[in-house]
Amino acid sequence: MGRYVLRRLVQSVPLLLGISVIVFAILKAVPGGPLALYESTPGITDEDIRRLEHSFGLDQPLPVQYVTWLGKFVTGDWGYSLVQHQPVLSLILERLPNTLYLMGTVFVAVLILAIPIGTITAVRQYSLLDHAVTGATFAFLSTPTFWLGLLLIIVFGLDLRWLPLGGMATAGLPFDLGDRIRHLILPATTIALVQLGARVRYLRASMLETIGLDYMRTARAKGLAESAIVIRHALKNAAIPLVTIIALDIPELFIGALVTEQIFGWPGIGRLFWDAATRTDYPILMAVLAVSSALVILGNLIADVAYGYLDPRIRYA
Amino acid sequence: MAGQAVAVAVPPAVERQRGQWRLAFERFRAHRPALAGIAVIALLAFFVVAVPVLSPYDAESPKLLEIFEPPSLAHPMGTDSLGRDLATRILYGGRVSLAVGLLAVAVAITVGTLVGMTAGFYGGWVDTVLMRTVDLVYSIPSLFLLILLGVYFRGLSVAAIILVLGLLRWMTTARLVRAQFLSLKEREFVEAARCVGARDLRIIVRHLLPNSLAPIIVTATLGVAGAIIAESTLSFLGLGIQPPTPSWGNMLMDATQDMEMAPWTAIFPGFFIFVAVVSINFVGDGLRDALDPRHVVRKEQ
Repeated sequence: MGRYVLRRLVQSVPLLLGISVIVFAILKAVPGGPLALYESTPGITDEDIRRLEHSFGLDQPLPVQYVTWLGKFVTGDWGYSLVQHQPVLSLILERLPNTLYLMGTVFVAVLILAIPIGTITAVRQYSLLDHAVTGATFAFLSTPTFWLGLLLIIVFGLDLRWLPLGGMATAGLPFDLGDRIRHLILPATTIALVQLGARVRYLRASMLETIGLDYMRTARAKGLAESAIVIRHALKNAAIPLVTIIALDIPELFIGALVTEQIFGWPGIGRLFWDAATRTDYPILMAVLAVSSALVILGNLIADVAYGYLDPRIRYA
Repeated sequence: MAGQAVAVAVPPAVERQRGQWRLAFERFRAHRPALAGIAVIALLAFFVVAVPVLSPYDAESPKLLEIFEPPSLAHPMGTDSLGRDLATRILYGGRVSLAVGLLAVAVAITVGTLVGMTAGFYGGWVDTVLMRTVDLVYSIPSLFLLILLGVYFRGLSVAAIILVLGLLRWMTTARLVRAQFLSLKEREFVEAARCVGARDLRIIVRHLLPNSLAPIIVTATLGVAGAIIAESTLSFLGLGIQPPTPSWGNMLMDATQDMEMAPWTAIFPGFFIFVAVVSINFVGDGLRDALDPRHVVRKEQ
């Protein structure tokens, strides 16, 4: 096991390097070059631009620039935002709690709901409840997130006026838990409904597969109570693939839901990326892309390792 | 809705090739949601094509005296902030959204199949290089890349949008086709073909590809649904199809300004995305059950 983890870690290195090359290429692909923002500054001379180029190291050969950038990035020096003139790292750390707060709530809520719903629909396959839930999950899987968000705003924000339309808190109000929660409900529900559809479908299928196995019949033959069979025997095994899916979701916690954050004016990482993209604030773009890609690789690694740990039938050569 | 599974008969060996496709067709015909999906898509396609004949309104030119009219007989889905008939715009937008979805998947499937079959057939370092590239593209969140490309090349042409969407979605197909080729190329019928002197290209085109077709068809179908959502997301963010050309996504972007006064401008375009995507997903589900009997057997247990 330890050797497998080590080998997988070593294997991710070339992948990470590949990502760093792509991220670096994105900097080079900024329309008008990395200094485009400065060139539009009034009163700037060619001489100033050349001096800036020199101070940023842009007059050096590409491989040198790449290695310099990579060295700085790995040691946590992510540069400064071109627009907000603050260290990129502190800007990201400033937004991270907001995204974790939103996505963490979604994550927990989806898990709490998906496990019982997936289990019950599998145990009562083809019942009225099963058909209703399967239909609903299919519908939510096919709904564009941003439309769902708009519908929720129309119904609960504009029509019924129960909940705020956006933001994280009422402006000018000192910290108030109730107010925070009221702002959280709509964006969290939007993301959760779409995710819940996928999770329930997955768990139901996995449960159905497990229920058909021989050891389930043995458990029944032993005279165990049905609830014990379902929870202790079936769910325990059926949930293994769910762990994989959860691990694969780790990057989501960081990336957040860009579109949902956009609709609800939620100041998270997704919004940070969006604002940086529209203003070609490339130090932020590079950092967010690099971190999220690295998290995708980490999520994959954890998923594989967890799977092997939980399911002894899987052997790694 | 998963209840329409059909017992899988083993076809007689002689008739195997043709028989399998016929059996698949029979299974598909028994899948009621998939049939309903096809019917809805056909209906939608008809309206989208026939809209110039059906609608007396223009999709792009403003009519300032008819702003924000709620749904009525004259305007079944109301009008927007420029007085344009929403139903007409939705149908014209459907042309764009459906065509972009279909063509983007065509790009994705072509690239994915080419990469997958090269990797699977030749193996070795070719396989390693290609599949690590797949891993690489997979690791970068595609919405981020989509937004960057959209911002960098602001006002992408429709052809460019198709290309970008396609090039961000080929990896699944590549992995799938590679896996198929890896297992198929060891089978006896391939060895037999090689023994009678068939060249690589002939083995790929005549033997391996036709036998990999089923999973490709399923991914392609489900891919169209995904591509429609991706296009509408891009246009919703203002980076896709540019107004005044309507697309379901950019109509919803406009609607975010008008939701309070005219909620119908947000409800109807999204509803059409939803209906199109649900229908296509149903067809994809039906195709999967029909083409992959093992899948149905698993479901039945």
